Amino acid sequence: MPSPATPLQNDLTGEIAAQALWIRRRSFQMVYEAQQGHPGGDFSAADILATLYFGVMRYDAKKPRDPGRDRFVMSKGHCTGAFYAVLARAGYFPEADLSTYMEPLSKLNGHPNRNYLPGVETNTGPLGHGLPVATGIAIAGQLDKADFRTFVLTGDGELQEGSNWESALTAAHRKLENLTLIVDRNRLQQGARTEDTASLDPLDDKWRAFGWHVETVDGHDHAQLFDVLSASPKGRGKPLCVIANTFKGKGVSFMHDNVSWHHGVPSKEQYELAMQELV
Amino acid sequence: MSAAAPKKDGLYDCRDSFAATIEALAEADSRIVTVVSDSVGSSKLGGFRNKFPDRMVNVGIAEQTLVAVGAGLANGGKVPFVSAASCFITGRALEQVKADIAYSNVNVKLIGQSSGVAYGELGPTHHSIEDLAWLRLFNNLKLIVPADPWQTAEAIKAAAAYDGPVFVRVSRMAVPALERPEGAKFEIGVAETLLEGTDVTIIANGTMVHRAIAAARTLAAEGVSARVVNMATVNPLDEAVIAAAAETGAIVTVEEHSVRGGLGGAVAEVVISTNPVPMRILGFPGFVPTGSAEWLFDNFGLNEPGIADAVRQTIARKK
Ligand SMILES: Cc1ncc(C[n+]2csc(CCOP(=O)(O)OP(=O)(O)O)c2C)c(N)n1
Ligand SMILES: [Mg+2]
Repeated sequence: MPSPATPLQNDLTGEIAAQALWIRRRSFQMVYEAQQGHPGGDFSAADILATLYFGVMRYDAKKPRDPGRDRFVMSKGHCTGAFYAVLARAGYFPEADLSTYMEPLSKLNGHPNRNYLPGVETNTGPLGHGLPVATGIAIAGQLDKADFRTFVLTGDGELQEGSNWESALTAAHRKLENLTLIVDRNRLQQGARTEDTASLDPLDDKWRAFGWHVETVDGHDHAQLFDVLSASPKGRGKPLCVIANTFKGKGVSFMHDNVSWHHGVPSKEQYELAMQELV
Repeated sequence: MSAAAPKKDGLYDCRDSFAATIEALAEADSRIVTVVSDSVGSSKLGGFRNKFPDRMVNVGIAEQTLVAVGAGLANGGKVPFVSAASCFITGRALEQVKADIAYSNVNVKLIGQSSGVAYGELGPTHHSIEDLAWLRLFNNLKLIVPADPWQTAEAIKAAAAYDGPVFVRVSRMAVPALERPEGAKFEIGVAETLLEGTDVTIIANGTMVHRAIAAARTLAAEGVSARVVNMATVNPLDEAVIAAAAETGAIVTVEEHSVRGGLGGAVAEVVISTNPVPMRILGFPGFVPTGSAEWLFDNFGLNEPGIADAVRQTIARKK
């Protein structure tokens, strides 16, 4: 028997899909105009960000420091195209500001700065900082018996940084069920595939061995993402790691799974071609 | 193994010189290996990897391990050139640099790529304007900041020839090849005087040297005789050249670094304890706002007019 929530969820995934498309288009326009950025990783993360901000997280963009807010930490801080687009769309700042991306004196730096923009919890850019900071946020919530949740998005290459595994130990040790890590598992890092550089597989087993609850999903399937991210973590006694299988450059044929789009920027022709596909 | 070809308009990316030189050195010395952290492309080491696939160790995005693996490779008799973005190889791996490389005094060459504010709009996390201040504290770690393609190549050769820890700061900013007298040599710890002058000395290094020369030429037209010193080695310092600079009665230092603790701080430490003269330290004040590298240089007076102005003001303070 279909649950009463099902029709709502269908509308919701439709809404999330529309937002994800908007994020891809707007972020690509930002990268095109700035002639800088990391569009491949913007695209692999777009569906995850849309699901979090338009389905899962509780926040009031007009009260960005509300102590009860769910927290989101963008550990893969190089993907500001998608991150700024989702923050603007969620109402943290005017969408018009997006066109200042990386201009002199812009608040929209190449990497997010919490002193410039509401909605940014911590300054990132150097990889391997988000999970440790998110662990601290989650410990604060645990100490206060607060019921906000803390979400953190890392790249997969990023997991080669040892700091992630140090905080993985701490988070499991402290049973931080209020902490959710999402790994953007696009299998590409800056210069090559993760498995040709410093392999991560079997990644799920690693997180399990570190004491985490692990879910693996299609990171471009909004319903799957919504289900694992919105399920209550209460009583689990473990932090949650969601391995989101994604593709770098997802959404544009010539960028799909192509490492040169890690920080590649489009020519006019490529930009127009991509925009024709992103509909 | 001279410098690589210019990129455009007679300007060079010093990483090309680094890459060409390390490939040539590796040809002749099988102990030379490179160590990278997903930094093959940003280090311009694609050519090295193709020529010597077994002699490149890519540890993944893990700079602490990057530097420590370098120390281990040296222990095993290799001559490792450990290369990554300067901000990460220094800041992220600072304790490995201190304990495993400097304090252990091992034969490792650290290459800090795309130093200074070369990453422009990517912001202070990716800028490396603290690196010299941090590394200057490790007394036995040689620090070299080459100014152009020739000096980059020479610094890499000198680092390979020296048995001990060396840090070479390599820029990706477009720079011209500096004019030098025939037979010019590079030696670690020896500064070069590029322009003679008697009223003031501008001490610069890296990407600021050609700007300092431009400022000195402007000043010459006004009748101000400015000496220009390229102090590529920040540790050990060429104290004789600094003493001679103090004799001109005023010193202005210029660096693509924070004004705290870099070349200016190092020079000031010598000047203050020998022959105090009016000094001005030019650089960045700290974390900078969003902007391209060129915009940042212009905005913080690290250009020909900015340097010339600072020189005029410093000369005015002469007793
Ligand atoms: C500490 C650190 N080292 C190196 C870099 C340079 N860098 C930026 S993005 C990147 C690759 C990241 O790959 P991944 O985590 O898989 O991200 P994604 O594929 O989602 O873009 C690297 C090496 C950095 N930002 N921080
Ligand atoms: Mg990746």
